Amino acid sequence: MTAIAPPVASAHRRVRTRSEQRRQSWVRRAPLLPALLFTIIVTQLPFLVTLYYSVESWSLVRPGSRHFVGFSNYVQVFTDSQFRTTALNTIIMTVGSVLIAMLIGVGLALVLDHKFIGRGVVRTLLITPFLIMPVGAALLWKTTMFDPTFGFVNFILRPFGIGHFDWISSFPLGSVMIEMIWQWTPFMMLLVLAGLQSQPRDILEAAATDGARPPAIFRELTLPHLRRYIELGIVLGAIYVVNDFDAVYMMTHGGPGISSANLPFYIYQRAFLGFQVGQAAAMGVVVVVATIIIATFALRLIFTSFSGTEEAA
Amino acid sequence: MTTASRRASLRPGKKSIATEPGAAQRASRRRTVRRKRRTNSVTMGIVGWFLGIVFFFPVLWMVITSFKTEAQAYTNSPTIVFRPTLSEYSAVFHSGVWPYVANSAFATVVSTLIVLALATPCAFALSLRPVRKTRDVLFFFISTKMLPVVAAIIPIYIAARDLHMLDNVFTLIVLYTAMNLPIAVWMMRSFFLEVPGELLEAAEMDGAPLRRTVTEVILPVVAPGLAATALICCIFAWNEFFLAVNITATKAATMPVFLVGFISSEGLYFAQLAAAATVATLPVVLAGWIAQRQLVRGLSFGAIK
Repeated sequence: MTAIAPPVASAHRRVRTRSEQRRQSWVRRAPLLPALLFTIIVTQLPFLVTLYYSVESWSLVRPGSRHFVGFSNYVQVFTDSQFRTTALNTIIMTVGSVLIAMLIGVGLALVLDHKFIGRGVVRTLLITPFLIMPVGAALLWKTTMFDPTFGFVNFILRPFGIGHFDWISSFPLGSVMIEMIWQWTPFMMLLVLAGLQSQPRDILEAAATDGARPPAIFRELTLPHLRRYIELGIVLGAIYVVNDFDAVYMMTHGGPGISSANLPFYIYQRAFLGFQVGQAAAMGVVVVVATIIIATFALRLIFTSFSGTEEAA
Repeated sequence: MTTASRRASLRPGKKSIATEPGAAQRASRRRTVRRKRRTNSVTMGIVGWFLGIVFFFPVLWMVITSFKTEAQAYTNSPTIVFRPTLSEYSAVFHSGVWPYVANSAFATVVSTLIVLALATPCAFALSLRPVRKTRDVLFFFISTKMLPVVAAIIPIYIAARDLHMLDNVFTLIVLYTAMNLPIAVWMMRSFFLEVPGELLEAAEMDGAPLRRTVTEVILPVVAPGLAATALICCIFAWNEFFLAVNITATKAATMPVFLVGFISSEGLYFAQLAAAATVATLPVVLAGWIAQRQLVRGLSFGAIK
């Protein structure tokens, strides 16, 4: 700050305070910068490169094939019926898994909100599916659960006359969704349970003492209180489920055909099995744009409702 | 707030609740409520245990199967009574699993340490001494979690290839750091916001330099938060598959890659697969059980305490 020494005294003071202010704000910013720069470089730079690749035709296995093609990759993406199918699969998978996981999660949380013997143990059991490595979980469901001959699901259903039914071939999308629901229900349960336990008890007790019936209490008091927790769970769950790759890769490999492929898997196939860098990049850009449009909106809404009062900015 | 006014605000427009019943009637009703709650809790206990076991069952079955021989694993009706064997585990440990364990552990621990080193000061600048545009920075961080990795994998792959960093555990570390940093920043921020303001003011009044304030006042308060954040980062790094399978081959491959490779080389043998999966999942399951009180906070980016 003493590096600048203008001749006029008053100007000197003004510059000093201004540079002092600037220095102060940089001191405040300094701890933030390493993390911010790192994140920008590692997460944003690749997307810019993807954007650049998306206007090129480039096959990884044919050196020298790289050339500028403008928007033709994008035209291909939008006329590609497989892209549409996988996009639809992604939507079905995400919306279906997240909503069903949330419904079951609310149910489990309501049960866990009661005191009973061994509640801590049950809670521990219930969160375990979420902790299982996704690749391992998908393998388990594919083999020990869904196997037509030796799987447990068919064993349980045998009294109902279901023999060696091949769940994964018959309902590939459904089977993948069941695995995802199994993994994500604990997440939803934990969030909703946190919401339930943050409910002021005295109000509930007052309502019960005054003869309000439990369903009415749930509808009129609990559900409105839970709303933002449920919204948060749905948004965060969707962020992860929409990007799921592991379950599709392990359980069905997108098949039969592309009937259970979602966008991450399809783009992966295009890039690493088809070696079509330009096309895969264009698909990636389309997905990113779509995600940004949907998600920023939802995220701001949710997190503002949670931390709106404590914001310093 | 009085009970009456609370009740009125509770259910406006419902007359049945707003009318004041006699004291005796209220007391008896409170008793029935209590009695109902007791029977209720027994029912809920049974329901809770049943659901808990149903959800846990695939994991339990994995562990049980891992102690069987292949012949016992492949039966039409599941074998329940059998003499447990460790032969499948020894097969897993003799198949060269250790380099994968080492890679996973190294990538997990180092990336988590870097995440904490970057996220802690960052969260400090977004909470206790907030910079301008704090909100924008926070939302930038969380928005990176929404961007599909699959859209970034091609340039990452090509850059790693051109830098001769493919199949290198340090490439994984860089990527895992970027993957976990946003969660850690949000989470650490929520812990910093819990530091009581009076403590900070007192330290400032005493004229303590910033460094001492941080090490002696702030760090002790947020230390449990650091541990919780570390555990969450470890869980995600250990379980990560997509990046690992795409940018590693043999030297730097991690446990999820081992699991997949093991299956395709050995074929789908239930008992062996179950043993391998148990080994691969065990560290994170244990970590998650220990950290379950903090799990919600991490998973909700610190939004829920």
